[in-house]
Amino acid sequence: MSSFKRDKKEEEDGVGNIFQNIEKTTVLQEARVFNETSVNPRKCTLILTKLLYLLNQGEALNVKEATDVFFAMTKLFQSKDVVLRRMVYLGIKELSSTADDVIIVTSSLTKDMTGKEDIYRAAAIRALCSITDATMLQAIERYMKQAIVDRNSAVSSAALVSSLHMTKMAPEVVKRWVNEAQEAINSDNVMVQYHALGLLYHIRKSDRLAVTKLIAKLTRTTLKSPYAVCMLIRIIAKLLEEEDSGNDFPYFDFIESCLRHKSEMVVYEAAHAIVNLKRTTSKELAPAVSVLQLFCGSPKATLRFAAVRTLNQVAISHPAAVTACNLDLENLITDSNRSIATLAITTLLKTGAESSVDRLMKQIASFVSEISDEFKVVVVQAIRALALKFPRKHNTLMNFLSAMLRDEGGLEYKASIADTIITIIEDNPEAKESGLAHLCEFIEDCEHVSLAVRILHLLGREGPKTKQPSRYIRFIYNRVILECPSIRAAAVSAMAQFGASCPDLLENIQVLLARCQMDSDDEVRDRATYYSSILSKNDKNLYNNFILDTLQVSIPGLERSLKEYTQNSTNQPFDIKSVPLQVGPSPDEREKKHKSEGMLTSQGPLRPPPVSREENFAEKLSAIPGIQQLGPIFKSSDVVELTESETEYFVRCIKHCFAHHVVLQFDCLNTLPDQLLEDVRVELEPSEGFELLSVIPCKQLHYNETNHTYAILKFPDDDLPSCVGTFGAVLKFIVKDCDPTTGIPDSEEGYNDEYILEDLEITLGDQIQRVSKVNWGAAWETAAESSVEKEDTYSLSSMNTLDEAVKNIVQFLGLQPAERTDKVPEGKSTHTLLLSGVFRGGIDILVRAKLALADGVTMQLTVRSPDDSIAELITSSVG
Amino acid sequence: MEGSLLEPTLNAIKGIAILDNDGNRILAKYYDKNVFPTAKEQKTFEKNLFNKTHRANAEIIMLDGLTCVYKSNVDLFFYVMGSSHENELILMSVLNCLYDSVSQILRKNMEKRVVLDSLDIVMLAMDEICDGGIIIDADSNSVVSRVALRNDDNPIGEHTVAQVFQSAKEQLKWSLLK
Repeated sequence: MSSFKRDKKEEEDGVGNIFQNIEKTTVLQEARVFNETSVNPRKCTLILTKLLYLLNQGEALNVKEATDVFFAMTKLFQSKDVVLRRMVYLGIKELSSTADDVIIVTSSLTKDMTGKEDIYRAAAIRALCSITDATMLQAIERYMKQAIVDRNSAVSSAALVSSLHMTKMAPEVVKRWVNEAQEAINSDNVMVQYHALGLLYHIRKSDRLAVTKLIAKLTRTTLKSPYAVCMLIRIIAKLLEEEDSGNDFPYFDFIESCLRHKSEMVVYEAAHAIVNLKRTTSKELAPAVSVLQLFCGSPKATLRFAAVRTLNQVAISHPAAVTACNLDLENLITDSNRSIATLAITTLLKTGAESSVDRLMKQIASFVSEISDEFKVVVVQAIRALALKFPRKHNTLMNFLSAMLRDEGGLEYKASIADTIITIIEDNPEAKESGLAHLCEFIEDCEHVSLAVRILHLLGREGPKTKQPSRYIRFIYNRVILECPSIRAAAVSAMAQFGASCPDLLENIQVLLARCQMDSDDEVRDRATYYSSILSKNDKNLYNNFILDTLQVSIPGLERSLKEYTQNSTNQPFDIKSVPLQVGPSPDEREKKHKSEGMLTSQGPLRPPPVSREENFAEKLSAIPGIQQLGPIFKSSDVVELTESETEYFVRCIKHCFAHHVVLQFDCLNTLPDQLLEDVRVELEPSEGFELLSVIPCKQLHYNETNHTYAILKFPDDDLPSCVGTFGAVLKFIVKDCDPTTGIPDSEEGYNDEYILEDLEITLGDQIQRVSKVNWGAAWETAAESSVEKEDTYSLSSMNTLDEAVKNIVQFLGLQPAERTDKVPEGKSTHTLLLSGVFRGGIDILVRAKLALADGVTMQLTVRSPDDSIAELITSSVG
Repeated sequence: MEGSLLEPTLNAIKGIAILDNDGNRILAKYYDKNVFPTAKEQKTFEKNLFNKTHRANAEIIMLDGLTCVYKSNVDLFFYVMGSSHENELILMSVLNCLYDSVSQILRKNMEKRVVLDSLDIVMLAMDEICDGGIIIDADSNSVVSRVALRNDDNPIGEHTVAQVFQSAKEQLKWSLLK
């Protein structure tokens, strides 16, 4: 055994720095020592440590290097040195994924695993399992079973953990070890118990009955390991969440009893589970909250953090339950851990009553200068939520925000404040004037170009609608004098908006624009000239199309179309209608965004900006023959499930709509391990008028694999009313029975089979793309002259609230609500919903729905569209 | 993201790291292929983590969607990372185990130089604490008993009186703090 204490001399030479300047090639060179006949354990251990250190630093070996070192390492098995042997195990684990032929050490490891030296056995098992594949596993199965129930707890734990790792690779084999795992769960060792429970649950998790039995058994005994209890709580919580049967489920009591467990870890786990269960009532919540309240006063930062974070979650769903903790939370505002302080503040903001807002804001003001930018962002988001909750407090909040805006801070922080002010302005008409005034003041001294540009854009949009539009012109024109080109350009566009919307300001604007035409920057001059010439035409229609409502196309889509256009030299002019449209954010997305705010979860590293769904699909579909000719994709619908989710074959459908065609994409999943499906296709019974052009079957569908089959249909020509319809659908395929483990069919012969799917509907919404109109009113006015108008009145007897009606109409028509009319103000009995969108083929649609609440909802629907039959289609399909 | 119940799985740990006082990696392991798959991402994360934590000794922080608990001593920083929904106290128990194990292995000489001297044993200890994201053991005594294989040649007699006194004091302190 080598000596732990190194010689003094070596120490002076700076042994501690041996790792500083090592190189891969040198270490690999040194590793040749492993091949010598007599092994020097100390030397080899050091080299091996260097090698592992290098790998740990992120150095990568190629396959040959890894294999060479691996084989050299196997020579070290002849040494009896314990540390060296253990390091060899580590080396095996590190290299097992890169090196070839790693199974060569199986026998050496098996020997160590079954040998007498306890100190080797546990680690050998774990190393062995890292090199074993599904076929080799059969050979060591017997040893694994023995190891699981071994008296030595380390060996047993190692075997259980390794089994769990191997379930990914050979679930069927590991399933056979259930009895051993069952026995291990009764172990006295806390970790063995924990690992055994983990493995047992993993094996049985798809079998509800077995899980219930497991829980029933374990809740009656007392588990020694706090980790195991935490695990059990999670299992029960998951089961409770899936169970719909309501409150008679007995195991909730178990979780509650864990609130009195002696380990804090378990108490917290139980409280966390209760808080997060959807079925928890406020009464059941109370004990959990009081436990968390107790934790708030703990000296341990982690415990306080955990408690506040969970209370923050409670505050979202049950704000009233948290009010009891307000005093404790206020104490935490001054916590030295700023994460805790910030969470406490945001929780308080969520639970606070309207009357306490002023006091809280004062408190935050004293604290906000001390915290870092990211936490400030969290506070700002909490303030936004507060502003939406208490619209009447907008004055206090707005003043606070503008004070924050004047303070020092980075772009992200400033942007979030500006965002919040913008949200408040949009949501609360009363706050608009003061909010715009604050923003105007802010851009007077704003170092962030992107932010200034955004605010100028907003001023251009909202300013003309205020009572005194002229007061904003001065702020905007100041920018033209003082700022950099991009801000000047934005300011010019903003001024043009005023000119287009306010006739009495037009003359002044023209003077200002004329001055801008002398600008030193090309873009600014161009914009000024462009706007000035449009404004001089005095034509409402031109204003609407070229100043107030700008291009609606998606920018990446435009880029691609233009590139294609320049490559194919045709004489035809470029058609802007062929470019995919920019899609407004769906209500879900917006909601999600708001919900996740204030939770203090940083989002992780920046992701590339999301591409629209259509872009994604377009790429996939263009690879399929026959689809490219159809033109650009117009809209892809949401996923529709055509089977129950737990059937033999699971089929989902996405409807891709093109200008004159629809492509149905069926995602099929085979859930039968003993079947191989071939030539899978969906046979449709299209409704009248639809023409089935072709079906692209999926050649093979293995077990647990998702694959696609497509059907291409043509919409009925000139007959819009029949463009919506219901199709019967049958999944047809050839079945070949196969061996569940290998997936190879038993014989070449298969038989035809079919599976009836639910009917598929082509709806109006599938054929309409949502497009947001910035200035809906203006567009509506223009449409009065150029479009056909259809009007009808309906009684929607199944709807009970205006909110519900609005949601349904928006979803049914697939149109984009404009000017935030999708939000019904509380307590009103009438509401006007404004919608806009584009029908496939690029035909604009504007819809105004006047809703009144009286014994159900009565709706007067007015549609304006350039195409007569489309307006007809919409009015006729509603109802 | 709220209302998220924890998935019943043993894979509680996303990563463990020991950094020096410049934020450079001494040892680090990540156990989830979806969390920082490349060495470059890992090191960026570690730098970021270090910058946020080396001044304030605040024990816990959320970063890049992970909950990180940490502890430091002289020129060593110990981190344990878990998913943002993970039970913070479980992570803390693992961190304590890592810290105490290393402390025992180094005989309370918690310094980078000493860690590098016994890097092999520290590696083994990390391996004994967590395997592929699953906590193997969270009891530092049992971890040390499995890895500190060189103890035998250093009997108690070789401790100086000061060392013994120091360790007694530490133990008393800890028992009072608990």
